Parts: sequence; structure tokens; C-alpha cells
Amino acid sequence: MNADIKTREYTTVSEVSGPLMVVEGVEGVAYNEIVEIEAPTGEHRRGQVLEVKDDVAVVQVFEGTTDLNTLNTKVRFTGETAKIGVSRDMMGRIFDGTGTPIDGGPEIIPDKELDINGNPMNPASREFPAEFIQTGISTIDGMNTLVRGQKLPIFSGSGLPHNDLAAQIARQAKVVGSDDEFAVIFAAMGITHEEANFFMRDFERTGALEKVTVFMNLADDPAIERILTPKMALTTAEYMAFELGMHVLVILTDLSNYCEALREISAARDEVPGRRGYPGYMYTDLAGIYERAGRIAGKEGSITQMPILVMPQDDITHPIPDLTGYITEGQIVLSRDIHRKGIYPPVDVLPSLSRLMSGGIGDDKTRDDHSGVSDQLYSAYAEGRNLRDLVAVVGEDALTERDQSFLAFAQAFEDEFITQAKDEDRSIVETLDLGWKLLTILPKTELKRVKDEFIEKYYPE
Amino acid sequence: MINEGNIIKIAGPVIVADGMRGTQMYEVVRVGEAKLIGEIIELEGDTATIQVYEETAGVKPGEKVESTGGPLSVELGPGVMGSIFDGIQRPLEVIKGISGDYIARGIDVDSIDKEKKWTFEPIAKVGDKVVGGDVLGQVQETSAVLQKIMVPPMIEGTIKSIAAKAEYTVLETIAEVETDDGIKEIQMLQKWPVRKGRPYKEKLDPDIPLITGQRAQDTFFCLAKGGAAAIPGPFGSGKTVTQQQLAKWADADIVVYIGCGERGNEMTEVLTEFPFLTDPKTGNPIMDRTVLIANTSNMPVAAREACVYTGITIAEYFRDQGYDVALMADSTSRWAEAMREISGRLEEMPGEEGYPAYLASRLAQFYERAGRVITLGQDPKESSVTVVGAVSPPGGDLSEPVTQNTLRICKVFWALDASLADKRHFPSINWLQSYSLYVESITNWWQENASEEWRENRDQAMVLLQKESELEEIVQLVGPDALPDSEQVVLETTRMLREDFLQQNAYDDVDTYCSPSKQAAMLATILKFHEAASVAVERGADVKEIAALTVKEDIARMKYIPEDEFEARIKEIQEKVVTQCAEV
Repeated sequence: MNADIKTREYTTVSEVSGPLMVVEGVEGVAYNEIVEIEAPTGEHRRGQVLEVKDDVAVVQVFEGTTDLNTLNTKVRFTGETAKIGVSRDMMGRIFDGTGTPIDGGPEIIPDKELDINGNPMNPASREFPAEFIQTGISTIDGMNTLVRGQKLPIFSGSGLPHNDLAAQIARQAKVVGSDDEFAVIFAAMGITHEEANFFMRDFERTGALEKVTVFMNLADDPAIERILTPKMALTTAEYMAFELGMHVLVILTDLSNYCEALREISAARDEVPGRRGYPGYMYTDLAGIYERAGRIAGKEGSITQMPILVMPQDDITHPIPDLTGYITEGQIVLSRDIHRKGIYPPVDVLPSLSRLMSGGIGDDKTRDDHSGVSDQLYSAYAEGRNLRDLVAVVGEDALTERDQSFLAFAQAFEDEFITQAKDEDRSIVETLDLGWKLLTILPKTELKRVKDEFIEKYYPE
Repeated sequence: MINEGNIIKIAGPVIVADGMRGTQMYEVVRVGEAKLIGEIIELEGDTATIQVYEETAGVKPGEKVESTGGPLSVELGPGVMGSIFDGIQRPLEVIKGISGDYIARGIDVDSIDKEKKWTFEPIAKVGDKVVGGDVLGQVQETSAVLQKIMVPPMIEGTIKSIAAKAEYTVLETIAEVETDDGIKEIQMLQKWPVRKGRPYKEKLDPDIPLITGQRAQDTFFCLAKGGAAAIPGPFGSGKTVTQQQLAKWADADIVVYIGCGERGNEMTEVLTEFPFLTDPKTGNPIMDRTVLIANTSNMPVAAREACVYTGITIAEYFRDQGYDVALMADSTSRWAEAMREISGRLEEMPGEEGYPAYLASRLAQFYERAGRVITLGQDPKESSVTVVGAVSPPGGDLSEPVTQNTLRICKVFWALDASLADKRHFPSINWLQSYSLYVESITNWWQENASEEWRENRDQAMVLLQKESELEEIVQLVGPDALPDSEQVVLETTRMLREDFLQQNAYDDVDTYCSPSKQAAMLATILKFHEAASVAVERGADVKEIAALTVKEDIARMKYIPEDEFEARIKEIQEKVVTQCAEV
């Protein structure tokens, strides 16, 4: 084998363009194989085979192609697809986007080497997620409930406080009636130092740091490296969840940067572009990340994903949020209008959704009236918001008494239900009771979404 | 003849091999040392382009490609029902036994269990003359499904021997037929290439509704057995819940549910929920009549291209036995995108939005495999395959190619609307955009089976809803009080139509299924209210008082009245409508 490895080092680079490099005269190169590159300066980099045809390999270089030349750049094919060494000791450590420790601590002694692409989870092995996670945030717990094993992204816009919200969720998330704490895996893709520091400080302040594993690819790190970061993080998560039996919360931020990197590689390869220049396989690629959340029947742990993505121009129909929304199990949408009113967290409940909510709420999980209260709050707030447009035209006096009550409800809903402090941790009972309190603003006969028995049981006198 | 070639190029799910002369288009091949399953999609001289149904990481040029001699086929016979398969009909439960919780590559498993014994009960006798499609015998596969074992199409002759009632595996010969080309042995197992529709005698016009128990669909935009419907909608508009509701409650004998490029947890939901739900018609668990095909979004993309064909071939097989089959494909957009991805890798000249130029013809070919037919055989049966395809238009934009090409073929269009979903109006079927071209042909059925006034009421309700949208525009400008009383009554009625009729709660035990008779009665009640209120207003009654009538609450709760009580109770409500409106 040794001789084999020797002959697999080449200096036959024929082309360098953007993030790609073409190597000729190669033999036995496998698709997706990892390559090690020695730049003329002596610096070491890594790359991955994107295409092989006869004796020509196209390689994407993770750390950028600056300084590479076609004369004496050395390329060694490792014969292995991208792997990460995982171990329990990764908790509390900080890695770069390719899985190398950057916190000055010792190297990780791997317990196992795992392929970062993973294999698709067998749908027949999955267990349907149905355990309520209390985040302490009313708009999420009450109306867009998160459950263990769900993938629920935050759709935000630039300048909105999505980081505060994500940090608050990471801090407060718990399963009611259980002592299990979440192990947090935080994967940063192309975020700024400042944003990264915000999270690190928050983890430190709350003493969570020893339960957090951080993968950090910052804005000034090579963009192509970002392709690996979420896969590194999720492979580690799978190991912790399904082999060590932990409940893992994975925060991925910012997926928009990841998609930009995908587009960059696709453009460099002259591929036929899909919408807005993003590659046609972006859906499949994103699914390869998001679908790694879940639960496995008969296994203790779980992977809950909370990806954050900044929608370009707040446009929810942009390909990145659009494709994400088709894969994830709902979305929490932050709104600039609500933010401008000074409301935190600026969650717009109307386009927000949790698809797994119905399985995680109810009698033995939260409270029997949960589903009815949530539906009622939704439809009443939607109606109130509609009426605001009408008021702008005809004035409030032209409204019927019924309509005026809906208008008042919408206002109170924003002021009391949506609004909460950054360290306010509301229990689900508090959230539901608050919902009932607000519903008293409406005529009792309008509470069509709640069953009579619950009106009798919970309607505040 | 078994060919062997060598890989020369690998790019994602597409590989190119040379030395492949003699292989055929769409032949299945085994790729590389890992023996990945692939299918030939282009031949040029010695080289073949192959789409691979499994992840190709680690495959090298120079590795072997073996041909198998046959096209991609499904195995049909007892053992199909109640299973969950991947896109190329590999049973996921068996894969789980081999490779654990994650799906490894190159797994070679039987599609249906070859060891399991089934009780075969002969129907045909020695000496009978038989043709393709004739029933030889039957197997009670699950509580809900009695599989008919048929003579394969193309075989014709005299039965020379037939097995006695006993237990057999699907590979044991259960009959011998003497044909012009000698004696053919017939097993319970049939193989059929997925890209080729199974033959039938004649196509019929669809004139029987597929009752789904969903009011918006059944009453307003009905689907006929053998028809095709499209459900386009942006994410979060409730496509999947709508599809699952149809899979649960549609009055089909067999349901084939294809999760094409969608979420893994959705398939799990079906797998955990369906065994505990019972068919309102037969009382059997609905899982017993369901076949699931799962190619979730993270499973290989080429198998996604194949999964809809696998599904519809299974559906046709049950159609040929005389059953009404409903097939749900969620989502056909992912299927089209898989085509686009493969086409891109082949460097084909793209059509609209990067989709291949043959998108429209592939969609048409698929939907045309739906239909109500007269089956083959000497004792032909009327049966059907109904197709419901979800479409996921990017950004909810219905002008995109997949939606548009689908609408050209489908006669039923259920437009899901994000703004309705935001208001938690479910199912979020937009009543102004949606349509069904089957209304004419199924009117008879409704009038005979539910209510004489069905058609008249349905049309009147549609007119009122249309009127509402016009009035809404005026209200936006001048406020509701400026409208004449009679038009305010219209708004009262349409609010009821929207909230108390069109909205249906899939998670409520009673409301999740609404029988045709109950649907008709509910609609009649709301229109009765409209009539009585209009009369009252005409003689000078105050609209505000009408709006405050307590009977409105009774109407709002109609949907929660159980099926066995609704006749009496809805009658009471109708009487109350008349008396209360008269008293105003």
C-alpha cells in the first residue's frame, strides 16, 4: 500500500480557476476523495475531488487557491472521503470549519472516524418526534411548538435580533419534567467575529460553555471551507446523539453563507444554473443537512436543528429560504415591521409554523386546551391585522363593535404575548394563561376554535 | 448476454462507462466494486451514460460496470401491501435489518419476500381457456386486500394444471398454461418494467367521484375516480396534510403513497399513524390497504426520478385486479427537479428555468397512466387509478414550468393559498382559483347518493363566494356599513361558508372525515340561513340583529356533530334558522 500512496502524489496541476484546480495524469482517483495540497510556499491545504474523467480530476480547494501554480504545486490523493474523528471530549471545545481545534487545547483523540457525508437515515428507523421542548418563548411554545428531533429554522433579515433569539433558545430550552440537558453544537458559517463573540460570550456568561461544541468558519475564512462546516457539526451531533445517547441541539448560522459558497463552486464549474444562479442540486444538498435531524426508534438521543438564515431583502420567496422551507418542519419568521415597533422577539406568528406541533402538545404533554388556544390566537390576530388595513382607510369608528374588539386584541397580543424580555423564561402554563387573558378581549361567542369544555374550564372570570 | 464495461467518468449521480456496446437503453447495471444500482440513460458508440441510484462517493475510473440484461422493473405479487419501499422498490424494513438505522450502499435485497408462504386459493380450473388478465386464484394478503393472481398480459392458452388450495411462496408454480409456444409456468410473482404502462382493454370517462370526506374537495372541486388532480402550493400551505387526509379517507380500495424528495419524518408519521386508523367504509386498518414509497429528500436523487414510476406501476397492478386505486405523489416538483439535475449532469441543452425540454412530455406520460379502465381478461372489470400530485412551486409562483405543465394535463386544480394558511384556514384551498372539470360528469352521482339539490346548492354557494370577493373590495374602500343590508347578509353567509363549511379540522376526531350526506346537509343549512335572512332583511329587519342570532353558533358547531347523529340534529338547526330569522 505504501508504494501506492507514493505514486499518488502529483505535480501535474494544469489549471487553477476560482476555487477549483484541475490535475492531469492521475490514476485511480475516487469521486469525492480528499486531497492534500502543498502550495509552492510550503503551506498545506485540503481539497476534494468534484469530478473525475479518465486521468483528469477536478478538485475544489477548501482553503482558497491563492499562491497555487501549475508548476510545482504538489497534490496527494488520500484515497479517503472527508472524515472527522469524533469523541466525547469534543464537548466544550472550539474547532475551525474543517474540524481542527483552534482553542489552543490538545488534539482530540478520536473514538471513531466518521464520513462527514453520513448515510441517509432509513425512514423506517425513524421515530416520530413528539416530545415538547419548552423554549420559554411564548410565540414559539404557544403557537409554533418545537419538539425534540425537529428541524425548525429562524428566517430573519439583516439587522434583526435572530442571534439574541437563538442564544435565548439555546439557554432556555428544556424538556419539562426531565433533567436531560441539551448538548449544544454551534456551527458558524461565514459570520463575523463580532457575531461569533456574541455567542461565545453568551455561552460563557451562562456557564453553558462546557456543554457546547463550536465549529467556527468566520467571514474572513475561505468560503469553500463552509461546505464542510455543517457536515462536520452534524456528524459530531449524530455520534453524540445516537452513540452517546445525548439530546443535541444544533444551531447552524448562517445558511445563506453556505448557499453562497455552493453557488460559487457551481459557477466555477460552468454548471447550468437554476434560480438566481444557485445550482439545481441545492435542494438535495440542503436536504443532506436538514434531514440529519431526528430521532431513531430505540435510541436514547435526538438531534434538534435550529438553522438561522438571513433572507436577502427579507424575501421569503428567495431560493434559500424557499428551498429550506420545503425541507424543514416549519419556520420561525422574524419581521422587520414588528422589530421597528420595538418589540422583542419580533416573531411574526402568521407566516411562522411548526409542522410537528400537533404531536408535541395536548393533554399529557402541555395542556389539553393548547391546540384550541393556539388556533384561536392565530385566527384572531390574523383578523385583527387585516382590520388594521381597513382602519387606515375608513377610520376606527366605522368598524362594528365586534371588529373593534379584534383590533384591540391584535394590539394587546403584540404588547403582551409576543413581547418578552431577553431573559424572560415563560413556562407553557404561563403562556397559555396569558393567551386566555388576551382572548377575553373578544366576545365569548367569537371563540369558535376552542371547544366548549375548555372555555368552561379555562376562561378567566 | 452479460456485458462488462469500465467507468471513465464520475460526476455526482451520473457516471460514464465504455465497453458497453450491446447494452440497452434503461437497462439496469451494477456500478463499481460497491455494486451500486444504476440505469443506462444514454448510449453512444461504446460508451453508456448511467444514472446511479446510490451515492457515488469513492467510485473510481477503471472500476467495472456489469449489465443485468433487463430494464428497471418492480416485483408484483402478495407481499407488496403495507410495506414501505425506497424509490427502486427495496423494502426499507429489510434494509434496516441489514445496514441498521442508516441506509448503506450497494444493498441487494428482494423487493418482496421470497420465503414467505401465502395461502393460494384456485379459482380457474384445468381445461379453462385463459388470456392475459384472467384470474387464476386469490390470496388474502391483508385484512383489507384480497389479491387476485392473474395470468400475465401476453399469455394465452389452456390451463394444464393448477395448484390446489395450500400455502405457496411467490416463486412456486401455481399453474401451467399450454400456449402456442409451449407450456408456460405461472408463479404468483410478476415482474413489470416501471417505465411501461400495464395494458388494459379500454379507457372510460370518469363519472364516479372519489369521495375524500373533505368538504372543500368533495363539494366544490371534486375529483373523479380515474382522474388526475394537482395540488400546488408554497411551503406551509398544507400540501402534505391535504395529501395525507386523502390517503386516509379517500374511498379507494388501495392507496399508493409516494414521498418523493420530501421529509423523512413525514413518512414516519404515516408509518406510525396509519396502522391505528380505520377505514370508515370497511373498518380495516388503513395501513392494510396502503403501499408506501419513500425517497426522502436526502436519499439519492436518481432514485427520486424512478420512484414515481415504481409507484404507478404498483398502482396499475392493483387496478388490473379490479380495484380502485388512489396514488398520491408528494411532490412531483422534486421529481421534476431530479430530472433537471440529471439533465444538467448530462450537459443537455436546458429548457425553461433549467428544466429539460422533455419535462412536459414526461409529466404528461405520467399523469396519463391515471384513468378508469376496462381491464384485460375474459371477465373484464371496471377499475381505476386516480393520481393526486402535489406541486411545490418555488416561492409559490404558479407560473413556473412544473405547475404550468401539470395544469395542462390535470382536470382538477386545488390551489393552496399561503395567506389562507397564515390565517389557519385549513385546508387552505383557494375557492376562487381552484377548479374541477369533473363537476358536470359527477353531478348525477351526487344527486342520487346525497341530495337532489346538491348541484344547485353548490353553484349558489360558489356564486355567493364570488360575490363576496367583489364586496370585499368595496368594503376595503368604504367600510362594511356602507353596504346595503342585502349585501351585508351575503357577507354573513359567506363567512359561514368559509369558516363553518370550507374550514375542516384534520386533527379533530369527528371533523377529519365528513360523509357526502353530511356535507350536503351542512351546505343546505347555511343556504337556508341565507334565504331566511334575506327574506327577513327584505321586510325591514335589522342586519345587526341577524348577525347576533344564536343559531349562528349552532351552525358553527355543525362540523363537530358525529356522523350517526347529524341527520336529526341538522334538521333541528334548520328549523331553528327559520324560526329565529322569522322572529327578528
